[in-house]
Amino acid sequence: MALKEIRIHGRGGQGAVTSSQVLAVAAFKDGKYCQAFPNFGVERRGAPVQAFARISEEPINVRQHVYEPDYVIVLDPTLLEAVNVAAGAKDSGIIIINSDRKAEEFNLDTKAKIKTIDVTKTALEIIGKPFVNVAILGAFAAISGEITMDAINAAIDQEFAHKAKVGELNKKAAEKLFKEAKGE
Amino acid sequence: MTEMVVEASMALALGAKLCRPKVIPMYPITPQTHIVERLADFINNGEMEAEMIHVESEHSALAAFIGSEAAGVRTYTATSSQGLALMYEILPIVSGNRMPGVMSVANRALSAPINIWNDHSDAVSARDQGWIQLFVESTQEAIDTTIQLYKICENHEVLLPGMVCIDGFTLSHVCERAIVPEQEAVDEFLPEYKPKIMLDPEKPVSIGPIAFPDSFMEFKKQQQEAMEKALPLIGKVHDEFAKKFGRSYGNGLLEQYRMDDAEYALIGMGTLTGTARVAVDEMRKEGKKVGLIKLKSLRPFPKEELIKATEKLQGLAVIDRHFSLGFEGPLYTDTRSALYGKGIRIKNFIAGLGGRDIDIKRLKKALNDTINGKEGGWLL
Repeated sequence: MALKEIRIHGRGGQGAVTSSQVLAVAAFKDGKYCQAFPNFGVERRGAPVQAFARISEEPINVRQHVYEPDYVIVLDPTLLEAVNVAAGAKDSGIIIINSDRKAEEFNLDTKAKIKTIDVTKTALEIIGKPFVNVAILGAFAAISGEITMDAINAAIDQEFAHKAKVGELNKKAAEKLFKEAKGE
Repeated sequence: MTEMVVEASMALALGAKLCRPKVIPMYPITPQTHIVERLADFINNGEMEAEMIHVESEHSALAAFIGSEAAGVRTYTATSSQGLALMYEILPIVSGNRMPGVMSVANRALSAPINIWNDHSDAVSARDQGWIQLFVESTQEAIDTTIQLYKICENHEVLLPGMVCIDGFTLSHVCERAIVPEQEAVDEFLPEYKPKIMLDPEKPVSIGPIAFPDSFMEFKKQQQEAMEKALPLIGKVHDEFAKKFGRSYGNGLLEQYRMDDAEYALIGMGTLTGTARVAVDEMRKEGKKVGLIKLKSLRPFPKEELIKATEKLQGLAVIDRHFSLGFEGPLYTDTRSALYGKGIRIKNFIAGLGGRDIDIKRLKKALNDTINGKEGGWLL
């Protein structure tokens, strides 16, 4: 498998950096190499932020920014009004948007495939709060096939070891979204 | 040994913990890294036996570092950017007093304009202050180099302080795989620190007295001799580490990548060398005979090793992540001086200041411009 690059769009405080880190840990649990890094910005709550991840079967040497992502994950659909989330996305890429709307309703300037999934609804239902950053990784696993759901669960266990209860809820939400995205 | 995905700052804290420093003087406010935050956690949780001294500035952090070293205990601290600049007055006092502690520096730009991002201006502009300076490419190399550096610095033939230089954000905030060695193995590799001189009421000495003009130069010459002794020792300790832990980084002073038949090469320090490996791979596919020299040890500077590594080269592109205003990139100055009269075309490229990305495209441009006989310049 070639190197896969992922860009995560969120708002400050929404946990995009945690998303990228859980993703990297999950890739490792699957036996892969990985990198996760924030956009090194000055973060303000609510401001558009980005985080990145790389996954590969081989050790990763490259340390430049992610310019042409294979996958884009959008945590907050209102970002689409402020940010070109499709920027640089590969033609073969997939853009996963947390939204209750249909993919066809998004008119983005890209050849990448657009997928939508209502992560907020599931998060509110299961976690009781709109925490979408980790839950959406279930949908990412199902849609991309780059990582297994088992690895996501193991990564959540590790990263939420000090808040096991929140971890369990996130796992449940991620599992549900995994199944939903798989069409099960 | 445990392999994990870990933020480089956390990995450095784990690496520092394995070295068992007894005192960690540190200023906890920005521009500080997560390293000392993690160390504070370790101490608080009873996982580490050390005294953490919260001082009121980086200047005081290094002053306390001197006190601790004078008392004969292994000492560690970390800083970044303007923090290192505030330590500047104390840097030559630590080295002049021949105190072998280790400091991690997360390399970040010096203001103004205000900028928190990566470049090498903090550490490189402090290169003349008698500290060994080792630049690293990855999280793993940061851990491994910290462990090696204590052993190098504390050698009684050397007795110099050392900096492990990691790219701020570009490495310090990256999560990636790293192997954390076992404490037992590190203890075998790095025995307890035995100071050559220390403050001891039973055997009173003065540390840091005045040196008049009739002796000052001799002290400085001794520091240079210690640097010269450190040079082969860095390689020796690196090889010993490689044998025990199974990981190596060139010869410990510099690392060569695809240099066997290379006609042109890049030279640079830190994380840009990772991206440069990919740039070299891509240009090799285009049929260009190019390679990479990753310079790890800026001070002491491995002149003979560099001459050997560049023997067959026609051209060399020097990537500086710092600029000596009024002249040129300092790594370029050093490289040209080391390779004077060798007939190699050497070009200087300034890149990555204040967090500007050093991408594959820019590195390929530097190599192609050197191949095509163009001048160097700023890779804006």
